[in-house]
Amino acid sequence: MSSLAARLALVLLAALALGRVALAVDPTQMPTPQLEARYLALTHELRCMQCQNESLADSPVELAADLRAEVRDMLIAGKSDDEVRAFMVARYGDFILFRPRFTARTAWLWLAPGILLLIGAAVLVRVIVKRGALLATDPGPVEDDGRS
Amino acid sequence: MNRFLLPLGAFVLLVIVLAIGIRHAPEKDVIASPLIGKAAPAFALPDLNDLSRTVRSSELRGRWYLFNVWGTWCYECRAEHQMLLEVQRAAVLPVIGLDWKDDDAQARSWLTQLGNPYERVAVDHLGRTAIDWGVYGAPESFLVNPAGIVVYKLTGPLTREAWTQEILPRLPRQGLPGS
Repeated sequence: MSSLAARLALVLLAALALGRVALAVDPTQMPTPQLEARYLALTHELRCMQCQNESLADSPVELAADLRAEVRDMLIAGKSDDEVRAFMVARYGDFILFRPRFTARTAWLWLAPGILLLIGAAVLVRVIVKRGALLATDPGPVEDDGRS
Repeated sequence: MNRFLLPLGAFVLLVIVLAIGIRHAPEKDVIASPLIGKAAPAFALPDLNDLSRTVRSSELRGRWYLFNVWGTWCYECRAEHQMLLEVQRAAVLPVIGLDWKDDDAQARSWLTQLGNPYERVAVDHLGRTAIDWGVYGAPESFLVNPAGIVVYKLTGPLTREAWTQEILPRLPRQGLPGS
């Protein structure tokens, strides 16, 4: 039992150490907790253009550090989250947003799941109605007379 | 009949979606610049050859130019350097360099050793101008027209193919004034 606890503690420590390494990518400290929260949210929803599957917050490349500095300076200068997003999109396009905006080009992205769900629901309703109709005309299970 | 119509329709739709996907596959590596058709971002940066002088985007108005983002730390910039020198020799349009987050002394010795294809080189130590241009990896080249509008962006090294097929056709036929 105690060896299990010790092992657990080790795993937790290792996880903590890994977490610290991940945090070390971005040493930025914002002056207030509110700004810090907005800074973290923004840098996590903006894409690193060089690595593309990492957010600005997670990427160790220099360009990501430069873009984080832009985010930091804009927030400290009193810019809104939307102004920061607009700044990035004006330079790097929609691709920099992990959560794409709703535009004519991205409409299918947003609508397709809903449409697919509706199609699925329509098929489901049809199947249920058909089954119901079949059951209504069904004379019932064939009686087993036990001879076979 | 109706029994097959629906699955067939679904299949055709799937084929169309996949065909669009395959068509666009080669473009996946290159992120389209939102700058195309818009005014080139303004900048005023030190001149690599004389840091006390300033290269201003406003001075570049009135003629076509190729804005080339490079750095001595950039491997592929070496690969395109010969082509840049050829462009300079062709004297079709000036090449303006943006030395991106580089060491000035190294940049100067690079140009001394390999030849200098640039009319001016602006030095961007902080990388702010590169961000304004939406640069995400050197080399990148932007074709800017006399009105200061970005006409075309090339991501990656300038090849002869890109020069003859993408850049030359976008320029007016006759010799260009001021080049």
